[in-house]
Amino acid sequence: MFKYALKQIAAGIVTVFFIATATFTAMHAVPGDPLSKGKAIAPEVRKNLEAKYGLDQPVTKQYTMFLTNMVKGDFGISFTQANRSVNDIIREHFPISAILGLFAIAVAAAGGILWGSLTALYRNKWPDKLIMLAVIFGVSVPSFVVAALMQLGVTALNKHFGLQLFAVAGWGGLTHAVLPAVALGLSTMSFLTRLMRSSMLEVVNADYIRTAKAKGVSSTGIFFSHQLRNAILPVITVLGPAIAAITTGGFVVESVFAIPGLGRYFVQAVQQLDYTVIMGLTVFYGAYLVAMVILVDIVYGLIDPRIKVGKASG
Amino acid sequence: MKTDALTRSDFVPATRTGSAHQISRPSLSYWQDAWVRLKNNRQALASLFIVGALFLFTVLGPYIWTQSPARQSLAEISQPPTLGLRALVVDGAQTIAPKAVLSASLETLAAPHTRGVALQWKPIEGAQGYALYRNEVEPSERLDFGLPLAELKGAAQLTYQDRLNLEPKTYFYTVVPVSQGEEIGSRAVTLEVDVQLALQENEAQSYVAEAKIGEEIRLPAHPFGTDYLGRDMLARIIAGARVSLSIGFFAPIIYIFLGVLIGGLAGYLGGRVDMVLMRLTDLVIALPFLLFMILFRIAFGVGPGESGIIPMVVALVALSWTSSARLVRGQILQLRESEYVQAARLLGAKTGYLLLRHLVPNTIGVILVYLTFAIPSTIFTEAFLSFIGMGVVPPTPSWGSLSDDGIKTFLTYPHEFIVPAVFISITVLAFNLLGDGLRDALDPKMRGRE
Repeated sequence: MFKYALKQIAAGIVTVFFIATATFTAMHAVPGDPLSKGKAIAPEVRKNLEAKYGLDQPVTKQYTMFLTNMVKGDFGISFTQANRSVNDIIREHFPISAILGLFAIAVAAAGGILWGSLTALYRNKWPDKLIMLAVIFGVSVPSFVVAALMQLGVTALNKHFGLQLFAVAGWGGLTHAVLPAVALGLSTMSFLTRLMRSSMLEVVNADYIRTAKAKGVSSTGIFFSHQLRNAILPVITVLGPAIAAITTGGFVVESVFAIPGLGRYFVQAVQQLDYTVIMGLTVFYGAYLVAMVILVDIVYGLIDPRIKVGKASG
Repeated sequence: MKTDALTRSDFVPATRTGSAHQISRPSLSYWQDAWVRLKNNRQALASLFIVGALFLFTVLGPYIWTQSPARQSLAEISQPPTLGLRALVVDGAQTIAPKAVLSASLETLAAPHTRGVALQWKPIEGAQGYALYRNEVEPSERLDFGLPLAELKGAAQLTYQDRLNLEPKTYFYTVVPVSQGEEIGSRAVTLEVDVQLALQENEAQSYVAEAKIGEEIRLPAHPFGTDYLGRDMLARIIAGARVSLSIGFFAPIIYIFLGVLIGGLAGYLGGRVDMVLMRLTDLVIALPFLLFMILFRIAFGVGPGESGIIPMVVALVALSWTSSARLVRGQILQLRESEYVQAARLLGAKTGYLLLRHLVPNTIGVILVYLTFAIPSTIFTEAFLSFIGMGVVPPTPSWGSLSDDGIKTFLTYPHEFIVPAVFISITVLAFNLLGDGLRDALDPKMRGRE
């Protein structure tokens, strides 16, 4: 298990290195240079600026500088905001995105497991049909539409009851996180519901379930200790990519709900062509996603005893 | 001797009736069989019709609905869906003379229209001045008079002309007397006014060349309303469909073709080629998709205000070919080892025959299903990126950029957002259901799963 985790981490580091290289290459393929986009600047000022951002060095030198700084955990200084470092930006905005993402993934996973189990237990009866219909809509309606409709609906609801049930925009207490988390988690929830349904259906007719029934285990007992435990495993494997989807989905939801998270900041940085921030945040996001996938993999290895056997023999 | 001995006539062959050995059902090819199954799936069939209708809508739309998606009209800003409003042609500079005698305490002078509502009221006792308000709902006892229009100092002025952002609907005007700086709400008078849409002569003549002051003209129909610049939403949706659906169709076709090529090569050749190609696939899969879509956009030199549709397709192709490559490689590997392919090879089949007769036909179903799911997800990606201003940007219409435009005025004019959002949702829904149906039809083993 430990060896497996180490191997995963090593592969992850290679991936992050590749992401960093691809980011660097893409950003240096930009025609012209970042300083020429703004207003005209005096040659001396330009020289100083180039020295500040290391743009006077040859590309290979810049690349090694970029990588060494990244290893040290230094993502550089913003181009458009004087003396604000990318690290500060991440420190300030990432926690908000992370909390929102955590809520969203919790909503998605809990909902997916619950609805998925229900559809499998009531297969081809009305709860199954109703939930699967909702799932189809969940994957077909873009998150920004869900977000906007929820804002509209809750605004009307708040007005109707004359009190602030949920905040429709901004960031603050728990009530601020509810709507964006649901909007963010909805499509992932639909996806997980489908997955849970199919894996549950496979489990329902398994031999060990029949054995358990023959032993006289109650149906709730079977559900919790056999069906759920086995059916949940595929859901855990896709949580890694699901976190990735939710994190990048935050770009839209954060701007609809005016949440000062890192996603919204990234979008703004792209609009302002803030090169260092774009590069830093891309690598940071990439590393975060890779880390999440590895974490989920390791957790999966801990939960599913079969994976150890598989690794030992193979 | 027996008389009933067999004669020659007993040995005449029986005529074949054929009923015993006839194949009861016509033999169906793989595709015919799939079509029969698809036809029986009502959801999938309905989706197929929707997809066909969308295709016709996109291709024939501009020839049937000839309004320009770019024509701006100040007179028709953010109209809700209409089938052609009637508009009065008026002289905007006209001054309206006050009446000598009023029959009510608050009256309109001349016909109220969007170019101006002239009001006159009877003097209210004790008033040292008047405050004017306008509301879209009838003021209740909470004395909510609405939007403050003016405060008139002195009791002499008893007329007012409102020209502030008037729209063709019903307004409630309230005149409140002011005494010693205090508004006396209890003595306010309110008037309900139906405001008619009006155009100035030169504006009207851009619709109807011979329009004259005092006439009524009919404006063009807008079944989906107009946007914040008065452009026809239906025309913009059609133009947007052309952009969104072209990206949604062509990008997946190109990247799946690339994926099939790479996956097919890797699977068929195997060995070192396979290893190198699969390493490459692993690396590309590791790139965070949306981040690199945005990054590529910058790398192609597409500025913040530019659309860059071709760079977007290139980026989609560069980042998305991987899953189809993996899919096809797996399929080819499996098929290559299957008994019937080995038997064919044993019987002396050449590579070309194997590819065309066994490998391609057995992979194409999977690829087709994958394509059907790739189209909606690409439409989604386009909409997502355009919505955050990283894809197609206004003024180029796409369903994503139309939603981005619409959400800014969502609370006041919801139709501008809802119409493109509904189109995105229906399209994605139809393709998803069609994909489900195709998967069931083409791969019966998979039926009922997922």
